[in-house]
Amino acid sequence: MKSDSNLEKVLSAGHFAVTAELGPPKNADPEVVRKKARMLKGCADAFNVTDGQTAVVRMASWAACLIQKEEGLDPIVQMTCRDRNRIALQMDVLGAAALGINNILCLSGDHMSFGNHPESKGVYDIDSIQLVKMVKDMRDEKKFQCGEEMKVEPRLFIGAAANPFADPFDYRPYRLAKKVAAGADFIQTQIVFNVPKFREYMKRVCDLGLHEKVYILAGVAPIKSSGAARYMASQVPGMDVPQEFVDRMVAAIKGIPSPKSIADPEKKKEVRRRRREAWQAEGIKICAEIIQQVREIPGVAGVHIMAIEWEEAVHEIVSQAGLLPRPTV
Amino acid sequence: MIIAEQKPLDEIKSMIADYQKVLILGCGTCVTICFAGGEKEVGILASALRMATRLDGQDKEFIEATVQRQCEYEFNEEVADLVKEADVVLSLACGIGVQTMNEQFPEKLTLPGLNTKFLGQPTEQGVWDERCLACGDCVLYKTGGICPIARCSKSLLNGPCGGSQNGKCEINPEVDCAWQLIYDRLKALGKLDLMMEVKSPKDWSASHAGGPGKIVREDLRL
Ligand code: SF4
Ligand code: SF4
Repeated sequence: MKSDSNLEKVLSAGHFAVTAELGPPKNADPEVVRKKARMLKGCADAFNVTDGQTAVVRMASWAACLIQKEEGLDPIVQMTCRDRNRIALQMDVLGAAALGINNILCLSGDHMSFGNHPESKGVYDIDSIQLVKMVKDMRDEKKFQCGEEMKVEPRLFIGAAANPFADPFDYRPYRLAKKVAAGADFIQTQIVFNVPKFREYMKRVCDLGLHEKVYILAGVAPIKSSGAARYMASQVPGMDVPQEFVDRMVAAIKGIPSPKSIADPEKKKEVRRRRREAWQAEGIKICAEIIQQVREIPGVAGVHIMAIEWEEAVHEIVSQAGLLPRPTV
Repeated sequence: MIIAEQKPLDEIKSMIADYQKVLILGCGTCVTICFAGGEKEVGILASALRMATRLDGQDKEFIEATVQRQCEYEFNEEVADLVKEADVVLSLACGIGVQTMNEQFPEKLTLPGLNTKFLGQPTEQGVWDERCLACGDCVLYKTGGICPIARCSKSLLNGPCGGSQNGKCEINPEVDCAWQLIYDRLKALGKLDLMMEVKSPKDWSASHAGGPGKIVREDLRL
């Protein structure tokens, strides 16, 4: 074993792994993390905490990881190159490992222009692939990026991201190969809605033999409403949502009157609740179906569930997908 | 070349508020070619400032001049008398020209009339694009002649990131993804193997990260 990671144990024992995202709060309240951790416990094998996702300031990933670890979860610290140079990154890698965090996901990071401080200066001293290599050299060679040696190495299970739906499509499997060559142990992909396209990507990945060198976890997410489906389909770069799912989300609330047509505030509320529940049920169902489909694709070693600001959905998703209980290894 | 654009008129007006006689000094090189600070722009700005300050009830005098290259002492010598005469110099050169003037004529303040934007190229009539960040260690030979440092929003050496879509960068659908351009070019050149190697972290100490740049050529020194 390269680390004390539960995720590594589950994967190397040959189980189909599940990871889930735990979004840290936009404030200093540890209870938010604790509550989510208690809710998610037992639903997955390890839990990612995002690192300033979409360049919005939130609680530091390592700090929220420590809180979920106190709750008995196996955290995955996400680390982006956007806000730290190689000095800061290596310090945080040592710190995270010292706190008992066993997994790291290495990312370039969303550009500052997306977030709430678009006037900030980005760092981007190194990129995500170089970060993977740097963490691997720290762990396996006990060496800092500069070549200096250290006494106690950070024993981390190293992850990287992949977006099979970004361009150029033909190059994506080769970029994954670079991440593997750099030292990635596991991969979490962008959210998969377009299963046929993902299947084609995975075929090429397997042709390169990459599935034998790295564990690939397919990203999935529940859709919250028909509006969210349309938004993801048209507005989010790198997201490929087939029309079929947009249609199903629209059909989910068929027969429920529009809240706009109702004057009585109590009845309006009731109709809103019914719509929300119908949408959520369908969104969760679609997500569980996608999990079952990607599970059949050769080379897929697990799934990564990104229920962004909807962690309540995770239990139902894994349950419907037949992935409970999680193995103890 | 160096690409610049004029500062907003109000900002310029407030910079020169305390001075009566202003020398507006253009530069005949990069900023002339990018229509920001050549002889023509000096004339237009002088008229605009004359009108604006008169409307504000101020009595100011504007002298117009343009030198061939404001970043070199020898060209600025030609306007030494005009500088002496003026209360302040409003330079329409890039930031380098402004600093050269301040060094060369320390008794007179030279103000920046332009915002110096980037090192770039005119790509269409009226359009300029950034091309180089002066990183001090050129990698163009590995990237098909397209600069990932200046043209990729994250200066990635192992791009393209997951935000690349339809040839465009994740930050803005108007911005080309540099790594898509690099991929296409290397493919056309039959050199896609250059996209397969993991490129090591860059030595940024060759750039401004290593402190202000300086080159000394002993063979050329007097
Ligand atoms: S690699 Fe460096 S020197 Fe070469 S064009 Fe890009 S920024 Fe300029
Ligand atoms: S989309 Fe392309 S240009 Fe933009 S940051 Fe990613 S690799 Fe760089």
